[in-house]
Amino acid sequence: MMENQKQRKISGGRRQIFTALLLPMVLISFVAFVLPVARLIQMSFEESDVSGMLTGNYTSGNYPAFFTDGFNLDLITNSLVMSIVVTVTTLVFSFPVALYLFRISPAWRNILFVITISPLLVSSVVRTYGWMIILGQSGLINNALIYSGVIVEPLRMVNNFLGVIIGLVEIMMPYMILSLIAGFGRLSAVYEEAAASLGASAFTRFWRIILPLALPGIALGCLLCFVLSVSSFITPKLLGGGRVYVLATEIYDQAIIQLQWPKAATISVVVLIIFAIALFAYSWALRALDRRFS
Amino acid sequence: MVGTSKWPLRILVVLLYIFLLGPILIVVPLSFSNDTYLTFPPESWGIRWYGAMFYHQRMTDAFLVSLAIASIVTALSLVAGIPAAYCLARERFTGRDALLNLFTAPLLLPTIVLGLSILLVFVRLNLLGTYHGIVIAHLIVTTPYVIRIMITSFTTLPAYVEEAAKTLGASPLVVFRKITLPLVLPGFVASAALSFLLSFDEVIISLFLTGPRLTTLPVEIYNYVESQTDPMAASVSVVLVSATMAIVIVIERTVGLAKAIGR
Repeated sequence: MMENQKQRKISGGRRQIFTALLLPMVLISFVAFVLPVARLIQMSFEESDVSGMLTGNYTSGNYPAFFTDGFNLDLITNSLVMSIVVTVTTLVFSFPVALYLFRISPAWRNILFVITISPLLVSSVVRTYGWMIILGQSGLINNALIYSGVIVEPLRMVNNFLGVIIGLVEIMMPYMILSLIAGFGRLSAVYEEAAASLGASAFTRFWRIILPLALPGIALGCLLCFVLSVSSFITPKLLGGGRVYVLATEIYDQAIIQLQWPKAATISVVVLIIFAIALFAYSWALRALDRRFS
Repeated sequence: MVGTSKWPLRILVVLLYIFLLGPILIVVPLSFSNDTYLTFPPESWGIRWYGAMFYHQRMTDAFLVSLAIASIVTALSLVAGIPAAYCLARERFTGRDALLNLFTAPLLLPTIVLGLSILLVFVRLNLLGTYHGIVIAHLIVTTPYVIRIMITSFTTLPAYVEEAAKTLGASPLVVFRKITLPLVLPGFVASAALSFLLSFDEVIISLFLTGPRLTTLPVEIYNYVESQTDPMAASVSVVLVSATMAIVIVIERTVGLAKAIGR
């Protein structure tokens, strides 16, 4: 009995210690995450006048107003089309790299791994600026093409969707490569060799063995690329040069320049809904893959 | 192995790596341009913009602000994140998974949405354009990584090692100093390095919270790139990229880069 009581006392004390240890993180989460997200949703139902002043009343009109404005529908289309093009291009660009990384010797793999991932930690402002140097009016590519006489007038590769897409593909590649390699876990050279020894061509081996086994990784990479593209801001803003309008740039403009916070909050919730749909599509695709291949 | 030594694949991979690294590496040659506008290759070479950078008051101020904020954020991320990670790694209690999800959930939220949400709350708390505000906002970005790295560290350090030391008569403080700390040190260093880097490079949330009186370096570079056409941003970028690479090496040497930031 004594023993039991003593133990209970200790666990009570332990609980207090653990509460104290967790408290700072709980506070940070509350102030900088839970409360802000709740406030965002609340804000999307607040009423504001033309100048952006909050009237103090609640309205359910922000969402209907958003979806009946043609410009906003263009924003959604722009964001979705841009993100889909970026995702598909990133997949095509990343697949050979991932396959190569998966197959080379471990010593080389480690070095190339670091080279592949470290761009993730380089500021997106710097990476986008780099593209301005390469793609700009008097940038590397235009100067090289003019110097070699291929073109006379510089090509327009920035301040439009082309530049934004190129910049985003480069930013997304490390995420896609990591996801693909994680998905290659089930892929083994043994299967390929078996298929090759049975006379399968390189194309058949790719189409019938590599691709199906890599599908879960492809799905994960595409999900990541898509959601990160939909919410990307720096690249559309800088490489778009104010001529590319997507949901993320509009959130910033409405919040900081127009000071229309309810509108900015409404667009943010729309972005979150797109995220939720993408997640749903991803889990649906995974289940479909499981059914097909198990 | 099938297809390992095929040249077309190798050449393709080299081209794709040029594409991936090109925009980061090109700031280096451009930073040695002496031109007054952005053209590549530069018409004249020199270190003019490295000099200009040090006399650009706003840029140097922003650099010092970022340095201070990143240092404070690093210290607080460790102070808040490590105890929480210890609990989550060592204790089984109801709501444990819910807490873990809560602490790592900010990673799933788009940064632009998170930035706006924090703005909406901080405007009422008078935290806009203040050190406090930016530090608290950066903590929500750094702590999920600290918690994830440290949970891995604590889980791979079996509890019985500490128990054994205790049984042999070591006091809790000695156990912590002599056993726990040295064994989780790589995770500790990686958490600190990654927190510093994430805070120092953070731009989107900072854009919502900084003002004319207080800006961070990435925000200042962003404003500069958006409004100016001279190559000074390249010189600043080179400094930023070099610092980033130094920290990347620290992370790689401690817990490994892929483990630290892989999803």
